[in-house]
Amino acid sequence: MAVMSYLEAIRETLRQELRRDPRIMIYGEDVGVRGGVFRVTEGLQAEFGEDRVMDSPLAEAAIIGTAIGAAVNGLRPVPEIQFADFIFPAANQIIQEAARIRYRSNGDFHVPLVIRAPFGGGVHGALYHSQSVEAFFAHVPGLKVVIPGTPYDAKGLLAAAIQDDDPVLYLEHKAAYRSLKGEVPSERYVIPLGKADVKREGTDVSLITYGLMVSYSLKAAEALAKEGVSVEVVDLRSIRPLDVEAIVATARKTGKVLIVHEDNLTGGVGGEVSALIAEHALFDLDAPIMRLAGPDVPAMPYSPPLEHAFMVTPEKIQQAALKLARF
Amino acid sequence: MAEAARTTGAERDLWVRMYRLMVLSRALDHRMWILNRQGKSAFVISGQGQEGLQAGAVFALDPAVDWLAPYYRDMTLVLGFGMTPREVMLGQLAKAADPSSGGRQMPAHWGHRARRILTGSSPVTTQVTHAAGLALAFRVRHERAAVLSTLGEGSTNQGEFHEALNFAAVHRLPLIVLVQNNGYSISVPQSKEMAVADVAARAAGYGIPGVVVRGSDPVAVYEAVRAARERALAGDGPTLIEAKTHRYTPHSSDDDDRSYRTPEELRAQKQDDPITLFREVLAAQGLWDDEAEARLLQEVKLVVDDATDYAEKAPYPDPATLWLHVYGSDDAPAAGAGRD
Repeated sequence: MAVMSYLEAIRETLRQELRRDPRIMIYGEDVGVRGGVFRVTEGLQAEFGEDRVMDSPLAEAAIIGTAIGAAVNGLRPVPEIQFADFIFPAANQIIQEAARIRYRSNGDFHVPLVIRAPFGGGVHGALYHSQSVEAFFAHVPGLKVVIPGTPYDAKGLLAAAIQDDDPVLYLEHKAAYRSLKGEVPSERYVIPLGKADVKREGTDVSLITYGLMVSYSLKAAEALAKEGVSVEVVDLRSIRPLDVEAIVATARKTGKVLIVHEDNLTGGVGGEVSALIAEHALFDLDAPIMRLAGPDVPAMPYSPPLEHAFMVTPEKIQQAALKLARF
Repeated sequence: MAEAARTTGAERDLWVRMYRLMVLSRALDHRMWILNRQGKSAFVISGQGQEGLQAGAVFALDPAVDWLAPYYRDMTLVLGFGMTPREVMLGQLAKAADPSSGGRQMPAHWGHRARRILTGSSPVTTQVTHAAGLALAFRVRHERAAVLSTLGEGSTNQGEFHEALNFAAVHRLPLIVLVQNNGYSISVPQSKEMAVADVAARAAGYGIPGVVVRGSDPVAVYEAVRAARERALAGDGPTLIEAKTHRYTPHSSDDDDRSYRTPEELRAQKQDDPITLFREVLAAQGLWDDEAEARLLQEVKLVVDDATDYAEKAPYPDPATLWLHVYGSDDAPAAGAGRD
């Protein structure tokens, strides 16, 4: 089995999917000749031609709006938003159109569409190249929101998103692109959307997380194991729909839950996960549900000390999990 | 309408069909307001005054292959594309069998997949980027077909009007954008919406043709849309057509246009009624007379009565269907929470 980076896993999946289904089409800003600003789509236009891997004008609402139309007319578009921070001009198209079309047409229309967008910080991207936007979109019925935390999951989740008949927002963590590596099978496989994955078994504390924070939580768990604390790490993988069963199971198992995300604390995924645990497993808990998240400031600053202060790190996760273990 | 003198028999048949469609649409629209005033329908938004341009446009298309991405004043257009009066009335009365939305959306939010009419929403102009995307799929598959998207002149101030036309022009997509300029964006007159006299002038910014036509002249609109469709099929890209027209009703049943326009203004606009004018054209050509008119009105009354009765008797949606069609896999939970 080949070892691939998170980025390579995404690129190889796109290549495999383009070969598999002639209806699939990629477009967005700089995705063609340049192969994307992160080079995720590098080489794809050369292999598949301009009709299938197309540079588009710099206009996010048009990228998503036209993708919706193309999807209705038989294509399977996989548009890219260059940075998740720039998705908001297209928010009306995503929320009001893509996510509502099946419902508002009483099932007559549907929109098979995968929107790829790099997100997240810790890459010196400052306020407008570091954002975590998932909570805004996780609020929307009709949309699915998927965030892989490993190269293996990146492949299986992307293939599943592309074969899904509903719109999927597929968020790729920028800091994970080249830093995360792992074994990725060459054959096609799909990971069902809405299914979490226990990345590490443990008995004392559960860390429920997603995205880059999965690898950070695994580092924290490794360090805590040396201190005799057994940590379970649950990777949500999809934040809409959430895997209620997996969330409740780990809460019942350890009785202590720390939810970790880089997105701002208030109104974040942590609040929803916390409510689910309170509704379904309150009397199995041995401690209050805790959240470790990005601070409630508008976005991540540029200057290194400020950026570091914003970021959730393996050390911060370790400290918070230890505090919870000792509760 | 000087062209009328040198037309073929087939074209004359077409004009009579256009006229019949216009009269049917006006009659159905009238009935909707009556149902609203009777308390049977909470909301009406209509296209009275705009029937002529829509009838002209729709007959220039091929409903077997083309797509429509309409807006809420387009009853004539969707009737011409195959939606039936019964279907229109099912939507007006929010009944389960409404093909546009099963009664989920406000009336006039057209959609009908089998008829190639794209579902629309209320935030205006989103349909124009969708239309460019429908056209993109045609181009990618090398299919000979075009997409017509319509909107009001107020909607041309939205960013997506610009984004869609620019995208379609760059990629030379088979798209026809028809702006129905009725002079008002609810209450705001065109002079306060834009600093140009003609929306069509905006086409220059995209490197595409911009054409102005008189909306009360269905034949002129038919010819403009037909030329735009030929250009689209030839791979030459989109065309922007502006039809100057009028809105004879308030914006909707919740609006009162007496607060922003005078009765004199409306009376003057009614001198340019596409139905009256086109009937005169047809009569002058010997294609129409009082007897034909009386027969048509009787016929249309029966159709409208039938549609109304049918829709009034049709069932409302079952409340249990509230949860349906959130996702395709609706046997699975639609979301993590709230579905216990």
